[in-house]
Amino acid sequence: MSSIPILKSREAQIHTKGEKPFDMTCGKHSVAGSVSQRACVFCGSRVVLYPIADALHLIHGPIGCAAYTWDIRGALSSGPQLHRLSFSTDLRERDVIFGGEKKLEAALDELIDHYKPKAAFVYSTCIVGIIGDDVAAVCRKIEAKKGIPVLPVHSEGFKGTKKDGYKAACDALFKLVGKGSTEGVSPISINILGEFNIGGEAWLIKEYYERMGVQVVSVMTGDGRVDQIGKSHGAALNVVQCSGALTFLAEMMKEEYGTPYIRVSYIGIDDMAKSLYDVAARFPDNPEIMERTRKIVREEVEAILPELNEIRKDLEGKKAAIYVGGAFKAFSLIKALNYLGMKVVLVGSQTGNKEDYKTLQEMCDDGTIILDDANPLELSKYIIEKDADLFIGGVKERPIAFKMGIGFCDHNHERKIPLAGFRGMLAFAREVHTSVTSPVWQFCPARLGNKEK
Amino acid sequence: MKFAGKTDNYAATQNACNLCSPLGAALVFKGVSNCVPLLHGSQGCSTYIRRYMISHFKEPMDIACSNFGEHTAIFGGGANIKLAIDNIRSQYSPELIGIATTCLSETIGDDVPMFIRSYKEECEDKENLPALVHVSTPSYQGTHMQGFHGAVRALVETLAEAAETGDKPLLNLFPGMVSPSDLRLLKEIAADFGMEPVLIPDYSDTLNGPLWTEYQRIPEGGTTIEAIKSTGGAAASLECGMILAGEPETAGTWLDKKFSVPAHRIGLPIGIRETDKMMDILAEVSGNPIPDKYLGQRGRLLDAMVDGHKHLNGVKAALFGEEDLVAGLAAFCSEIGVIPALCATGGGAGRFEKTIKSVVPERIHRKMEIMEDVDFVTIEKALEKTGVDLLIGHSKGYAMSRRLKTPLLRVGFPVHDRVNGSRTLHLGYRGAQQLFDRIVNKIIEIKQDRSDVGYTYM
Ligand code: SF4
Ligand code: SF4
Repeated sequence: MSSIPILKSREAQIHTKGEKPFDMTCGKHSVAGSVSQRACVFCGSRVVLYPIADALHLIHGPIGCAAYTWDIRGALSSGPQLHRLSFSTDLRERDVIFGGEKKLEAALDELIDHYKPKAAFVYSTCIVGIIGDDVAAVCRKIEAKKGIPVLPVHSEGFKGTKKDGYKAACDALFKLVGKGSTEGVSPISINILGEFNIGGEAWLIKEYYERMGVQVVSVMTGDGRVDQIGKSHGAALNVVQCSGALTFLAEMMKEEYGTPYIRVSYIGIDDMAKSLYDVAARFPDNPEIMERTRKIVREEVEAILPELNEIRKDLEGKKAAIYVGGAFKAFSLIKALNYLGMKVVLVGSQTGNKEDYKTLQEMCDDGTIILDDANPLELSKYIIEKDADLFIGGVKERPIAFKMGIGFCDHNHERKIPLAGFRGMLAFAREVHTSVTSPVWQFCPARLGNKEK
Repeated sequence: MKFAGKTDNYAATQNACNLCSPLGAALVFKGVSNCVPLLHGSQGCSTYIRRYMISHFKEPMDIACSNFGEHTAIFGGGANIKLAIDNIRSQYSPELIGIATTCLSETIGDDVPMFIRSYKEECEDKENLPALVHVSTPSYQGTHMQGFHGAVRALVETLAEAAETGDKPLLNLFPGMVSPSDLRLLKEIAADFGMEPVLIPDYSDTLNGPLWTEYQRIPEGGTTIEAIKSTGGAAASLECGMILAGEPETAGTWLDKKFSVPAHRIGLPIGIRETDKMMDILAEVSGNPIPDKYLGQRGRLLDAMVDGHKHLNGVKAALFGEEDLVAGLAAFCSEIGVIPALCATGGGAGRFEKTIKSVVPERIHRKMEIMEDVDFVTIEKALEKTGVDLLIGHSKGYAMSRRLKTPLLRVGFPVHDRVNGSRTLHLGYRGAQQLFDRIVNKIIEIKQDRSDVGYTYM
């Protein structure tokens, strides 16, 4: 397998724990000609804003960018489903030559009249950045005409990485924050940031906090609503999940409204429990909150433990590879997998920063491969070398795992089952178990090779 | 949910029924042996396209990208494309790199042919240089089908030679965007006529292969470069697609003009008549009679059509998707009594209505609605009025199928919500047989489920 060559320019983004001093190069633009698993700025913005279900999401550009993102995510809404439709200005040749502003204006006019959204987001795609449309001006004009916020999202694909897309989305979101009244917002309240309600996860988590006696003002952006975001500045605390996506917003809210924030993760039992305890600890004057939290954690863990223990018996000693978008998620996954008795042999992320990689390296055993912005060649090389039984990643990694006869768990925004929260942990364990223990692997030639070794 | 209808000067496309050009081009390049597709533009396009195709084919889908950054967008993509080619060569050692542009590189006016020329000139190890084939695919000019046919043509134009032929006569086959199973079927048919098929593209193995023993940088299979070169010496070309046949210049016509390889242009061989046509042409070109095997298949198909006719005659269906596929399905539907009450496509070649009408008997025309360059919202609105028994098209019609409570039979691309997109057969008598069985069974199932009694005899 060592015949798979690694590009020289990529070597600083791949490390084996225990070898050489650790210094990960990251945050780089992907190398030209590599098959990166990353997407573009637009993709980052779309991921963050997509779950806002009562807003219009109009993609300004040629058709592809919209067609490929039509209803691809499992972010659920309890009410309006506007986010699941795909709207595009579908720029054609003449628009590219003469500019797309007129078309954009007409599109917004027509769509807002018909769908009556609470706000509209206008995503700029690559060529909009080139043909020089004044998207902001069109947005201002329509905003004045229709009386709803019409927000440009500066997400031209080539102007950075997915992370810049998160930032562009946060900039747009921030313009909604503070638009509403904070009447009825309790002093014991939080916003949940960076939870997108994939498969209903945000509902699970919101319920935990509410049972603790903490009001959840707004979830950003899972099952999101424009009005709730508008009054989110009234919350006492921002609880931010995931390292990248919503931290920008938390920073801005801290600066502008003095809202403090903490970082949490809802993946795995330990991190989930910690997310609740950390919030409870922020309200020391109300000790009953902490008491309730303990009770909730106890009850929830007791409810899932028997089945988890059963599952663990089958998974003990199996090996896992993780390749996900944000490094923060990887931390939790390592812990969750360890909980199931599994060993992590490879871990990587699309957008981790230096600190993240340091943490990863501290968490892993010697010999674990650590990667930044990996490509399919590298991923396949190492999963075989390390004889992994399970690969955790997104849709793009799935066929690599399958071709090599390795189980797979989709841990991306496109999955349809909840993997966060206590019940999510159980769902995760079941998902892993279903794949890893399937009898089909016994027939897979690549795995047979590894057995004979 | 209610949708905003397109007004006269409608502006927004809602739930598009087509995809963008580089996707089609990338698919073609995936069907060439030892080839890596390279999209010249920023990263999102290639990542999205890969993701979209993976969900259909369920196979690894390496498509490289020249990864535009802000700098590139201002100063042009020349440096990036060269670096990309270098990096692809050192990682994959391909024999061919298929370069398709995206909206971005087209808009900034990158001169890709010039970049390629200068790369070749500057290149130090010229003998190891892979073939570099370029196709221009701005999505604001066309759909994935333009990208597909454009790439097929670019391959032929760049590589074809007036080659010597071997023992068997060569047959160039330009099948259009069909499933891996369809591709296999076409190869088998050509071989049964005693001809050596050169299928462009041929992703039957590269995108529908077995499990691996070790990682394959480039999946095995695909049309070899040698074979593409030999197209200039073929006995004939068979080019499928009625809409495609309206294009003034295609791979087939180009070979005809340049190397006097006669081009036979037919529709996608879906259903009896179009398949008959193909068989007749192959018999003529090869000088061999139609093998018994196919007479048998045809016979059994007709027998099945008679057995099931009562379930189908007068059934109304809506057909949607890629233009040529819809035309083929419309022709087949008319042969089995299914009324293609609505034919819709996101494509916009301008020949859709005429083509559809040419394959459906005139007396049915008044029962039909034909829509070109439309999105799903427009299609759904039309269906709310018309009402049909069955939808036939790709997965993206499912949302509409669910709301309209009308079952969807999945064909074509993409099939994202079933596992057999690659294995669905559309072409030839066997494809017609499969389609027929699926359509009849679906209708029977509906009747059975809705009946109060639930008979097991039909
Ligand atoms: S920019 Fe053009 S090529 Fe890229 S995804 Fe959008 S439509 Fe397709
Ligand atoms: S055109 Fe730009 S914004 Fe659209 S998918 Fe491609 S990289 Fe992303």
